Amino acid sequence: MKTLNPKIDKSSKVIAIEGLKKAFDDFEVLKGVDLELYQGENLVVLGRSGTGKSVLIKIIAGLLRPDEGMINVLGQEVDRLTPKELDRLRLKIGFSFQNSALYDSMTVYENLEFPLVRHMKELGKADRDRSIEEVLEAVGLSQSINQMPSELSGGQRKRIGIARTLILRPEIMLYDEPTAGLDPITSMDINNLINEVQRRFNTSSIIITHDLTCARAVGDRVVMLLDGQFQRQGTFDEVFATTDERVKAFYNYNFID
Amino acid sequence: MDRIFMELASIYAFVARFFREVFVPPYEFREIIRQCYEVGVRSLPLISLTGFIIGIVFTNQSRPSLADLGATALLPALISVAIVRAMAPLVTALIASGRVGSGIGAELGSMRVTEQIDAMEVSATNPFNFLVVTRVLATTLMIPALTMYTTFVALMGGFVNVSQNELTSLTTFFTQVFDAITFLDIISSSVKSVIFGFTIGMVGCYKGYNSSKGTEGVGKAANSAVVTAMFLIFIEELLILQVVNALRGI
Ligand SMILES: Nc1ncnc2c1ncn2[C@@H]1O[C@H](COP(=O)(O)OP(=O)(O)OP(=O)(O)O)[C@@H](O)[C@H]1O
Ligand SMILES: [Mg+2]
Repeated sequence: MKTLNPKIDKSSKVIAIEGLKKAFDDFEVLKGVDLELYQGENLVVLGRSGTGKSVLIKIIAGLLRPDEGMINVLGQEVDRLTPKELDRLRLKIGFSFQNSALYDSMTVYENLEFPLVRHMKELGKADRDRSIEEVLEAVGLSQSINQMPSELSGGQRKRIGIARTLILRPEIMLYDEPTAGLDPITSMDINNLINEVQRRFNTSSIIITHDLTCARAVGDRVVMLLDGQFQRQGTFDEVFATTDERVKAFYNYNFID
Repeated sequence: MDRIFMELASIYAFVARFFREVFVPPYEFREIIRQCYEVGVRSLPLISLTGFIIGIVFTNQSRPSLADLGATALLPALISVAIVRAMAPLVTALIASGRVGSGIGAELGSMRVTEQIDAMEVSATNPFNFLVVTRVLATTLMIPALTMYTTFVALMGGFVNVSQNELTSLTTFFTQVFDAITFLDIISSSVKSVIFGFTIGMVGCYKGYNSSKGTEGVGKAANSAVVTAMFLIFIEELLILQVVNALRGI
């Protein structure tokens, strides 16, 4: 069970979403979502497959446009920004993709260098190399620096993906199913990494998952997406202290033996 | 019908975006050079073989008709006109559609499917600029260069055949080759191969960049990149032929 991060600042919202709706053709995925993320907080978003969890964070990062609603990230309304302003905002957001999305024609080193050469032009090669070594050390994969993504395991790819987003020192981290498809021990490593990132880089994060062990290990607060809306929120135990069958089912089937 | 117009509108938007972004920094020189190498140098073996064989075969097959007229002395001129005006640009473009166009379609398609393009976008790097502009520039520059090379190799193939049968010397052969073609031939072939190169890059990128999700999306993107590019190249060939004929005053 996670001990609450003492540095959470409830008076400062880094993300505020109100009345977010999103449909694909006639299929309504998000039906009025409200959400706040506070400074320094790890917020876990739980939900079954296909409930629109990935869609939600893609809207936050400006990859998809909302149909309705207000999406405020670090004081700016994402869907009202010009491409330039959006890019400036995106530098403060780290996005860890569900399947890592490493550039598979590039080595690990080049993957990490890619954002650096473009956005920290003032850095010389020596400084860049130091940055790269530092994030690789933070995710515990210093030895993989010259490997190709295809040579890495799923868990290693996840960690390199996280390293690639950390390298620009984002204020917000968005993790899309960081532990999906990983064994329990590797999952725990990733959970520890997420908490370590929160402490060491003082980030605020949204962690999307349907892995309850992960939710319990990293979440300062948990919300549950059901039927296109957030139905429950609170600490892990608060969320599951309910008579709502759909929420209970989620819990029971996760720990079935 | 609606779908066709939607598709046309999105193709138009894609091409327009290319012209908007090609002149705007940042310029990805390293990636452009890498792509030029990929398109140009890596196509050389296939192009060399095909060009040379086409030169030999075409010369060999043309001989009997000319021999009937007692005009085999005209073979170098005939080969020259056929290769410079028509065969070299077309063969190069078709081979490149198959090799380069499908490669671009598959590569960008799989980057789309595995969210690498999204990853670039959220790291505030313009994926269109990095992926599409560089590849289209590379094909537009390298296909004309390859065409010149194909022309040369095919002429050499023709020469090998002629020198064996008519015992023509290299200098005589090339004097006749150059006498037969005009400045307009060279210009129109160059312009044509620039257009072909642009088409191959653009179609490959469009299909890959807009690939549908799933692994089957990648295959479809690669496949339709080749088919569409070849189709467009034949249409363009016909249109350019009309223009050139008008310029020649035929
Ligand atoms: N670009 C898109 N175009 C059309 N439909 C989409 C698109 N992206 C998502 N959807 C649909 O929206 C729904 C929610 O998708 P989403 O990827 O957010 O699910 P998820 O909650 O992340 O599920 P999972 O746990 O399986 O990743 C799905 O039914 C999906 O088919
Ligand atoms: Mg998802």
